[in-house]
Amino acid sequence: MTKQFKALYKTVVILLAAAAAMLLGALILWTIGADVTKTYSVIILEPLKNKIEIGEVLIRAIPLTIIALGISVAYRSGIINIGAEGQMAMGILAATAVALALPGLPKYALLPLAMIAGTLGGAAWGFIPGILKAKLHVSELLSTVMLNYIAAQFYTFCLRGPMLDPAEITMGSGTPQSMRLTKAIWLDRLVPGTRIHTGVYIALAMAFIIWLLLWRTSWGYKMRAAGASERAARYGGIGVAGYLVVAMMISGAFAGLAGAVEIAGVHRRAIEGITGGYGFSGIVVALFGGLHPAGIIPASFFFGLLIVGADMTQRMVGVPANMVLVLQGIIILVIVATRMVLANPYLMERVWRRYQKLTRRDKEA
Amino acid sequence: MEPNTRKITSLRVEHITKRFPGVLACNDIALSVAEGEVLALVGENGAGKTTLMNILMGLYRPDEGRILINGEEVVFRSPNDAFAAGLGMVHQQYMLVANMTVLENIALGFTQAWSPLKLNLDMVRARIDEVAAKYGLAVDPDAFVWQLSVGEQQRVELVKTLCLGARFLILDEPTSALTPQETDELILLLKRMTSELSIVFISHKLHEVKNLSDKVTILRHGSVVFEGSTADHSSGDIAALMTGREIHLPRNEAPTCEGNPALEIRGLKIRSDRGFLAVDGLDLSVCAGEIVGLAGVSGNGQRELAEAINGLRKVEGGEILLFGQELANRSPRAVIDAGMGYIPEERNTEGIVPSFSMKENFILKDADEAQFSARSFLRLKEIDRNAEALRTEFDIRSPDTKVAAGSLSGGNIQKVILAREISRKPRFLIAVYPTRGLDMGAAEFIHKRLLEKRLEGIGILLISEELEEILDLSDRVAVIFKGRIIDTLDRRSADSRKIGILMAGVHNDEAV
Amino acid sequence: MDFVVSIFALGIPFSVALLLASLGEMFNQRAGVFNLGCEGIMAMGAFLGMLVPYSVGQGGPVSGAYNILGLLLAMGIGALLGLFFGLVVVTFRAPQGIAGIGLQMFGVGAAGTLFRHFVGGTQSIPGIDRLPIPVLSEIPVLGPVLFSHNPLVYMTFLMVPAAWYVLFKTPWGLRVRASGTNPRAADSIGVKVNLVRFQALAVGGALAGLAGAYLSLCQVKMFSDEIIAGRGFIAVALVYFGHWRPLKIMGGALLFSLAQALQLAIQGQGIDFPYEFAVMLPYAMVIVVLAFSRESLLLGPTALGKPFNREMRT
Repeated sequence: MTKQFKALYKTVVILLAAAAAMLLGALILWTIGADVTKTYSVIILEPLKNKIEIGEVLIRAIPLTIIALGISVAYRSGIINIGAEGQMAMGILAATAVALALPGLPKYALLPLAMIAGTLGGAAWGFIPGILKAKLHVSELLSTVMLNYIAAQFYTFCLRGPMLDPAEITMGSGTPQSMRLTKAIWLDRLVPGTRIHTGVYIALAMAFIIWLLLWRTSWGYKMRAAGASERAARYGGIGVAGYLVVAMMISGAFAGLAGAVEIAGVHRRAIEGITGGYGFSGIVVALFGGLHPAGIIPASFFFGLLIVGADMTQRMVGVPANMVLVLQGIIILVIVATRMVLANPYLMERVWRRYQKLTRRDKEA
Repeated sequence: MEPNTRKITSLRVEHITKRFPGVLACNDIALSVAEGEVLALVGENGAGKTTLMNILMGLYRPDEGRILINGEEVVFRSPNDAFAAGLGMVHQQYMLVANMTVLENIALGFTQAWSPLKLNLDMVRARIDEVAAKYGLAVDPDAFVWQLSVGEQQRVELVKTLCLGARFLILDEPTSALTPQETDELILLLKRMTSELSIVFISHKLHEVKNLSDKVTILRHGSVVFEGSTADHSSGDIAALMTGREIHLPRNEAPTCEGNPALEIRGLKIRSDRGFLAVDGLDLSVCAGEIVGLAGVSGNGQRELAEAINGLRKVEGGEILLFGQELANRSPRAVIDAGMGYIPEERNTEGIVPSFSMKENFILKDADEAQFSARSFLRLKEIDRNAEALRTEFDIRSPDTKVAAGSLSGGNIQKVILAREISRKPRFLIAVYPTRGLDMGAAEFIHKRLLEKRLEGIGILLISEELEEILDLSDRVAVIFKGRIIDTLDRRSADSRKIGILMAGVHNDEAV
Repeated sequence: MDFVVSIFALGIPFSVALLLASLGEMFNQRAGVFNLGCEGIMAMGAFLGMLVPYSVGQGGPVSGAYNILGLLLAMGIGALLGLFFGLVVVTFRAPQGIAGIGLQMFGVGAAGTLFRHFVGGTQSIPGIDRLPIPVLSEIPVLGPVLFSHNPLVYMTFLMVPAAWYVLFKTPWGLRVRASGTNPRAADSIGVKVNLVRFQALAVGGALAGLAGAYLSLCQVKMFSDEIIAGRGFIAVALVYFGHWRPLKIMGGALLFSLAQALQLAIQGQGIDFPYEFAVMLPYAMVIVVLAFSRESLLLGPTALGKPFNREMRT
């Protein structure tokens, strides 16, 4: 098999996959009578038209990057984290609790403390499925999903009860949210007129840290080995079960951190709906970014774009914002299928033989 | 589907070729079997025997070649076509569904008993009774397969095949998992059947080949290297042909063992995945500077033994001592740290992480060693240097050390593993089928390296079923059969004939 | 006594959506496919199930035929999505867990998108009424517990023995079980393993779609984005809990639903217990149940989650 053929094969497969993804999305758009090209162009181009919207894309890319980094660590270690949504909620609660409990602290103390609290909150929530998988072989797919629902309820409970804004009680409106947090926890805004905040730096720093961890440390090496081939890792004396737990905790920690960054940078209080699907979008971003920080950063920008763009389609072309979930689902399905097609030597060989026959016939003709 | 019940008076295959990515499994193979004939298909692992039989059963489509029954060409698109033509096969790994009953397993292929909403189990039962009575094969139709012993499962396989109307029987290593008594019974039974059936059977065991077959065909590397009548050739001749060349003079001049053994195993008991005792009271010792060849047909407990020594499988009883240190039921890490080197059987999935680069695979066991990491940070320059050095020293053919290890050829993968295991300076080495499926060049290279290590005073346990390899390298040859060492021969007194006979489970004192 | 009766009368209908989806997932898993996208299929079923009766009646009562059409459409879309999932995981052999999450997102997203376009806001519908069985429903205790339900409730419980019969007593069930336990063996004896898996996915999808439609047409009588609320995932867990056997799965579904009914009843009694913790209970129960149902795969579909390819030699 020639190198050119391999490259051609790969390109064609990826192009076909992209076309299939667009087509599947179009299927739903046609059903609701929307203009397909216009919808896609609104989603992809409209948010880039002005500074404010670009800022909105960026502030969504921040939590997406952080969460996807964590998910990629887990995925590379052989455990799939569907629970980022819940881990993020726990991170938000932990960070909020710190900010509410220590309102007098100066910024240089409170902000890092809140970030650490968020990280630990998420890590604790990630520890549960990790240890259940390592010790009792509980499928992490199901346990993390269940923990999402539990975290969501716990989150609501906290916002309605212990963390409820006293002002809401006096006003009697009872909106479940915490009071506005002290300025000492706010992340600074970077560009006037937009909501872009210093969380950008945190996200980039985290990307660097994950890259270091996975490709520059012996821990990362062993985690990747455990994920790439459990059997070979065991043979190599790597304690696979232990690394599963560690990977899930790191994954949770990142989701928790994303939550802390999100309230400190954007909402400045805990309210309902902050997690808003970031945990699931993070899975798509991680896969789309090839489970590598260098891919995850642009991928999270792209999906930030998708999320903001999908908000606009309702107004501009009458396509509900739920469409973004459809696209994300399709992208997952197409990516996982495409990866298998690319990794299938049998299929490639069969195509190669057919290709050879074709080219031979061409030459004869 | 109306089964035709015509007799199969002849079956021929011609020019059968089948490729898998990177492997030519069958290369222009021709065979023929006449009515009532028994053909033994003999050859080493990976010689293409099973692939060829799977083609006969319609499980694989050949890339080239054709199959003729009674002189007419047939094309099998699925196993159903093969059944309809009267072929039946008992696979080496029994093709039974463990959580279904015997009756259900047979009903699965017995389409006459199917109607959309009803499975006519009574009809299947009647058919089983009929077959059982005819051939004297008693099975309990209502037993679940998981409740049956290996021998009983094989009987079910035979009954299944016969119920589906087989008049031409293919048996893939039918006795590999049977006890000697079960083996004898089976051979008697098959002899009785030859009055009505033609049989092709794949085997390693020479006395079975001698006992049962009329003709023998030997495959090597996907090609037929020998065909002839069994009666005209002795077991020794066939053994020599099977392993390839006439046996060379041994290359290994053995000093005798002094002092305490490096590895000592006493009364070891290990269970297989299927729950039976695959190793059952095994005793073995290997001295420093000695190579002990563990000969045996695969499936006699070798895999379980190697895994247990290396901490990858639970030990039920007995002890494993490495320089006096107990290794039984320790973690793989502890065994590695005790100085054990291990070249595993599954080189592609266990010996390397296939998606990792070659250089990453070199540090699989040593990511935390000071040589390769400082305060948990990998020392990339050292890893690169080490990889380059090993690649040169071990003559691993690849553009660089960044290529994915899984994309290398089998020989190069084995060299990667060997390089890692040897460069770690082990105190003892276990090599399992180290040259299986490799070309001569790679195999010789690996043999040379193993002998070098031996001269440096490392003890080596070499697990292999290639007699030539065992005889070339070993100081002593231990033969494993049914999870025990049935005999240990000094290299000087061992030859392929003796070992071959022992591998077949026959003691020296029994005449063959 | 009345309290107990009311819990059973409430809990039994609750179990229907779980039970239908679990029975469907049981067929998937028995054939060797782990379909975590059940939740998404249920969402599509819930939407499509209520679409026709809603459009025809504009929120008012409609003739029963439209309701039945809704149920059939829900089953149809479920089967279709099951086959689509088969394309991804059986034909392309993608890893089933993560692909299931993709299907879940796709289904939930598509149902929400279509709902907003075709229906708009929360609109309740009359749905399918209860059908107390004459005479039997008059029996004290047993009447309200067993015979005063929606027709789909009776049908679903009749489907438990039916599923058992199909799985254990028909040639198709035999092929399904063989394909999920030892696909190589099934293949060697002429069973078209991947075809059987597609068939099972269609059946499983249809049942999941029906389960969704039961929620929107019978239980909640409207559609919302959160209508499934993780029932699809719980259904998957129940299959493990029930060791791939219809009767045990029914037991699991009833256990969950009765617990839920009990929780609602306690709330109704005005006992001061945070509502959120009560809602958490079933999800926490799933985790506990999973932790204690390990090792059960031994007699179940041992090839679960493994794509089958005859030529890939292991």
